[in-house]
Amino acid sequence: MTVKFETLQQLNAERAARRPAVVITDTATGEQRLVKAAEIAADPLAAELGKQLRMGKSATIEANGKKLFLNVYAPTARLVIVGAVHISQALAPLARSLGYDVTVVDPRTAFASPERFPDVPLIAEWPDVALPPLNIDHYTAFVALTHDPKIDDPALLHAFARDCFYIGALGSKKTHARRVDRLKEQGASEADVARIHAPIGLSIGAVSPSEIAVSIMAEITATLRMPASSKAAAA
Amino acid sequence: MLDRDEDILKAAEDWKKAGHGVALATVVETWGSAPRPAGSSLVINNDGTFLGSVSGGCVEGAVVTEALDVIESGAPKLLEFGVADETAWKVGLSCGGTIRVFVEKVG
Repeated sequence: MTVKFETLQQLNAERAARRPAVVITDTATGEQRLVKAAEIAADPLAAELGKQLRMGKSATIEANGKKLFLNVYAPTARLVIVGAVHISQALAPLARSLGYDVTVVDPRTAFASPERFPDVPLIAEWPDVALPPLNIDHYTAFVALTHDPKIDDPALLHAFARDCFYIGALGSKKTHARRVDRLKEQGASEADVARIHAPIGLSIGAVSPSEIAVSIMAEITATLRMPASSKAAAA
Repeated sequence: MLDRDEDILKAAEDWKKAGHGVALATVVETWGSAPRPAGSSLVINNDGTFLGSVSGGCVEGAVVTEALDVIESGAPKLLEFGVADETAWKVGLSCGGTIRVFVEKVG
C-alpha cells in the first residue's frame, strides 16, 4: 500500500482552502483514507476525529483491534486585530509566537504605521474595505480594540457573519452594554452579541498592555483548546 | 492547527508531479521525551533530497536510507527509534524518548 497521489492532491486542496482534514492510516497494512471536515460527523470514528481535531494533534489510536494513525491537518489559526493601539503592539508579537498568522486593521494611518508594527501585515483601511478580502473563517480569532464604535461595530458585525471561533472586544461592562444595544440596532441577534468576550481576556488582574495581551491570548487559547463543557466551568 | 512547518505535503505533490520517486515519513507514535510530536513529517525523493524533520536531526539519516528502500519496493515500513532499541538501530535518540515512524511511498 502506498499513499495515493490522488489522496495527497485532495488533502493539499483541502489545506489550501483552509478546511480541516484527517488522514487515517492503518500502520500495520498501510491502508489509508482521507476524511474531510464535512464527513467527520458521519464517520464511524467521529468522536476520536473530533477530539484530535479540536486539540490540533495527530495520534495513534486503537479501534477494532487495529492501530490507526490519525494525522490531523487543521488550518493555521489566524488573529485579526482591529485597532493598531498600544495593546495591539504587545498582542501581535505574542500571538505570532503562539503560532498565529496575525493581521492588524486600522483606518487611522497614524496608528497603523510600520514603525509601530514591524513585520506585521497592516491594513490601513476601514473594516468594510479591509475585512472582506481577508476571507475570515472559523479558524480565526477576532479582536476589536479601537474603543471607537465607528470602527469596532462594523468589524464585529463582520466577525459574526464569518463564524470566528473567538470574538473579543475591549471595553468595560458599561461600554459593552452600550455596544450590544448598537449592534442589535444594526441587525445583530442575541446569539451574535452573546458570542463577544467582553470585557476582553481572562481575569488575571492585567494592568499593562503586555499583561492585557497575555490575558487575551490565554482566553483565545482556552476557547481554541477546551471542550465546550469545561469552558463553561472555567468561565 | 498552529503548525508553521515548511509545506512538506506540497513538496511531496510537486516532486511527484516532476516525475520523482517520493516517500513520506511521519511520526505516528512517541513515548517519553520525543523531540518532535506525532504528525511531524519528512518527505524524501529518489535523489535523497529531503525536507522536514521527524526528530530534529537525530535519526533523519536512517529514515532517509529506509525511505529510499520504500521508494524502490513500494512497501511501507514502520520504524522504531529509541534508547531501548540501540541494537536494532545504530542511531538512537539522545533525549531518551522513543518514536515510531511510518514510511510510505507516494504513488
